Parts: sequence; structure tokens; C-alpha cells
Amino acid sequence: MKQTSTVGKSNKTVMVLLILGLSTIIFPLYMTVVIAFKQPSEMTNSISGILSLPKVWSLQNFREAMDVTDFWNSLKNSLLISGLTVGLSILIHSLMGYTLGRNKSSKFYNFVYLFIVSGMFVPFAILMMPLAKQTAEMGLANWFGVILLYVVFYMPMNVMLYSGYLTNIPLALEEAARVDGASTWLTYWKIIFPIMRPMHATVAVITALAVWNDVMTPLIIMAGSSENTLPLAQLNFQSQFGTNYNLAFASYLLSLIPILVFYLICQKQILNGVVNGAVK
Amino acid sequence: MSKHENERKRTFLLITIPILALFICFNTIPLIRGAMYSFTNSRGFGNHDWVGFRNYIDLFSDGRVGKSYLFTIKLALVTTVVVNVLSLILALGLNSKIRAKGFFRGAYFLPNILGALVVGYIFNYFFTYIVPALADLTGIQALGSSILSSPSKAWIGVVIVCAWQSIAMNTIIYISGLQTVPEDVYEAGGLDGATGWKQFKHLTFPLIIPFFSINMVLCVKNFLMVFDQIIALTKGGPAQSTESISYLIYNNGMSGGQFGFQSANAVVFFIVIVVISVAQMKFSSSKEEQL
Repeated sequence: MKQTSTVGKSNKTVMVLLILGLSTIIFPLYMTVVIAFKQPSEMTNSISGILSLPKVWSLQNFREAMDVTDFWNSLKNSLLISGLTVGLSILIHSLMGYTLGRNKSSKFYNFVYLFIVSGMFVPFAILMMPLAKQTAEMGLANWFGVILLYVVFYMPMNVMLYSGYLTNIPLALEEAARVDGASTWLTYWKIIFPIMRPMHATVAVITALAVWNDVMTPLIIMAGSSENTLPLAQLNFQSQFGTNYNLAFASYLLSLIPILVFYLICQKQILNGVVNGAVK
Repeated sequence: MSKHENERKRTFLLITIPILALFICFNTIPLIRGAMYSFTNSRGFGNHDWVGFRNYIDLFSDGRVGKSYLFTIKLALVTTVVVNVLSLILALGLNSKIRAKGFFRGAYFLPNILGALVVGYIFNYFFTYIVPALADLTGIQALGSSILSSPSKAWIGVVIVCAWQSIAMNTIIYISGLQTVPEDVYEAGGLDGATGWKQFKHLTFPLIIPFFSINMVLCVKNFLMVFDQIIALTKGGPAQSTESISYLIYNNGMSGGQFGFQSANAVVFFIVIVVISVAQMKFSSSKEEQL
């Protein structure tokens, strides 16, 4: 709060408070790691029994958890679904955002814009039961159906972001290309699409995070197929083996590792993307 | 020129039609179908009959549905307040002149990227085993048994888990708001004797109201739709005390044989979300105009 005066003094207090506050974030993670490495016999009901460091750092729990949750297969599905959704979103949503952003004077396109963007208000709760039926009828009760649904669900948000970003890009750029005889389609891919790169990054980050962690869509659409995503594997695991906590925590940790690694590598892009997505 | 114009128009139309068709197919049509099911006694399979508005009438006399609305709204309100107060304090701290700013910001954002389901499972264990063990150690009787198994306290657990993840997001948004406040505003304010709380109330906060609005909208909408945390922490229990609207629709609609009835619930829920969102946007845009 005190930003201008008493700089040196307030800094230290703030630092101490911030470090103390961090414990609320570190503690649950510490707990997860410690329990994941322990054997059930090391767990007693006392606090020291639960939170002490394991006697042996064995990977046994992880091996078992990988087996039980079919980890590699779930990881592959999660990567496939997230990757394809992000790719398709960038291609499709940017095209749509461009078309709608460049036709603001047209009544028809304005209507389409409002129609799509108002999709943001539709809660998944009202769509899930009809969608479960519809995807089953269409033979889309699988990972591909899930991807299609994601492309539709994130369209309102992403189209709004793209068409908003487009107002910063002067029309003159396209007109110059048109004079050279290039078609609208080519001009888009050669000039506009590359210029929108900062927005692609934002869209990629927010879409990827949302898809990676989503439980509900795969739960409802893929429940019948034998395939899992990482969160879905956790859900199924819980209902079958929920009482072996050491195994459970090993599997939680496994499912958190990919996103943690991603965050460590692209922290800056993620923070920027999330802020841009929310603020714009 | 007109040849170009035509080509441009045609391209736009060729882009719009398939994408719009995709959107209608997986958003508009299921929405309409959902609304139609709400007028039937469908159980999700087999034959069903039209029942007119009966589901809607039953909805308003159904104790379980009423309870889930009360719980969800209570959760959304309390969590929104908790999250915004804590995020604002945290953002002020993280925006002040401190060392290792980047590290702190990165660390405090961490909870947001983790999946809500797994976070819920971890906290489930925390509430069930760690907190009671701590209470044993310190002799605080009130926390001796898990809060998740108490119908009157389980909702607090849900609030804590939702807040733990959302504070990260809201803080980041508040920080980007605070960064838009130019330094000379504080300098000018400092001359007028505005420091500390006064400075915050009269200078900082009015300038970041747009960011406050964003956070309000984000919070209320997300918490009203809460699902993952419920499934991981309480599965709606104990005694249906933590059944959120989404969870109830999922649970009874998908597997409980109440497809038609829960469709009506979902339609009402949809209307509630629209009304709240529109009201919030109207309210915050009128606030911004005043400033």
C-alpha cells in the first residue's frame, strides 16, 4: 500500500508477509510430494507421520500409479486433444474474428458477431445432456468429438479477442496487397495472420490451460469410450482405488507434472496470455 | 474495384458459413434441444411424453433444487468477496517495490494452472486428515473432525479450495490494473497528504475499477458454475449440503433418470446466468461512466 513513502522499511514487511503467504501455496504441494513417495506403512495418524519426509525415496508408487491409470495413454490423449484444439482454434477463430472484425458496418456480420459472442453466457450445464445424445448419434462420442466441442465452446471468447485485436491493424496493409492483385484469402494468410501473432499466443495459452484441465466435457462425451484424459483418469482412479492414498498422491503428482513443466518453461508467456485474455 | 469487392465479399461469406454452421450445430441446436427436453418427462432413454410446464412448476416446489440454488449463490457471493479482498491486498504487495518480484508473481500464480479436480483431491485429504491431526496437536476441538463431513461446514471447504485457485488469477489482473496507474498520481496525491488507506481509497481504487469489474464478472460466473471442486471434495454431500447447480444437473440428469426435469433446471440456470451477467455489465459500465 505504501508505495511512495518509507520505501526501505515497508519493503521488508511486505517481503516477510509475501514469504509467509507463499506457505499456503507450498504446503499443499509439499504434502503431495511427501505422501506420493511414502509407503502406506509409514503413514500414521499423527501429523508428523503424515508430513515427515519418506524414509526411502522410491519410485514404486509412481510405477504402480502409471499402470493403474494407464498414464502414458491418458497423457497422449490429453496432449493430442489440447494440441489439436489449440491449433484449430488459432486457425478457425482468427479467420472468423478477421471476417467479423472487418465487416463491422454490415448488419449481417454484426448479427453473426453478437450471435457467436453471446454463446459465452451459455453454461455447459444446459448443453451437456443434449450434447451427450447428439455426439452419440453422430458417432462423435470420442476424442475427436471433444475437440470439435472445444473449438465451439471457446469460439465466443477467442473471436471477441481476435476481432478486438484487428482494430489495431490498419486496413491499408490489406489494400496494398490487393493492389498487387492478391486475393483476400491469400492476403489474410500472408499478411494478417502473421501480424496477429501476439493474439495467437494469448489464445493458445488460455485455450490450452482451459482444455488441459477440463473434466466435464471428456467426462460426458468420452465416458463410453475406453479412452481417458489425464483428469478423467484421476476421476476414474478415485472411484476405484481411492483409499490407497500413497498411490493416489503419486498419481496426482504425475498428472500435475506436465503442466508444471510447461509453466516453468513458458511462465512469462502464460502470465501475459492470461492477463491479455481477461483484460481485453 | 467492384470485381475485388465481389471477391472479398465471397471470401468472407465462404469463411463465415462453415464456421457458423459448426457453431450452430454444437451450441445453438443442443441449446434448443435442451429447452425442448425441458417440456418432456424424458429419463434420458426410451420414450417420453410432452408434459407442458409441469417440470417448471415442480422445479419451484422441489426442495433439493432450491437448496442447490441457495448453496451455489452463497458459495459464489462469499468466495467472490474473499477472493477479491485477498487478491487486492496481494496485488498491492506484489506491485510494491520488492525484490524478486518476478519470482513472487510466478509463484503466487501457480495454483491457477493446476487442474481443479486434482487440487480438490489434494485438499480433500488435507481437510480429512491433516486439519484434524493438527487440531489434535493443538487441542482445538472445533476442528477435531473433518469439516467436509459436517453438513453445516462443508461449504467452507469448497470456498477455501475455490479461493485458493482463483486468488492467483484475480491477483494477476489487479496487478495489471495497478500498473496502469501512473506514478505521478501518487506523487501528486502524496503532496495532498494522501497516503496509506486514504491513498488507496481515493486514488488507487477508483483508477482500477475497470479491473475490479472484470474480476467480479469472472468470479461470479465461475463460482456459479462450480463443478470440479464439488466432485473432488464432497460429491454434493454431506446430506446434499454442497450440491451445486451444475453438479445436480449432471448427477440427476445424466444418471438419475431426471433428464427432462433437470433440463428445465438447466434452462432456468441459463436464464439466471444471463440476467446476472447482463446486470453486472450494465452496472459496471455505468460506474465507469461516472468516473
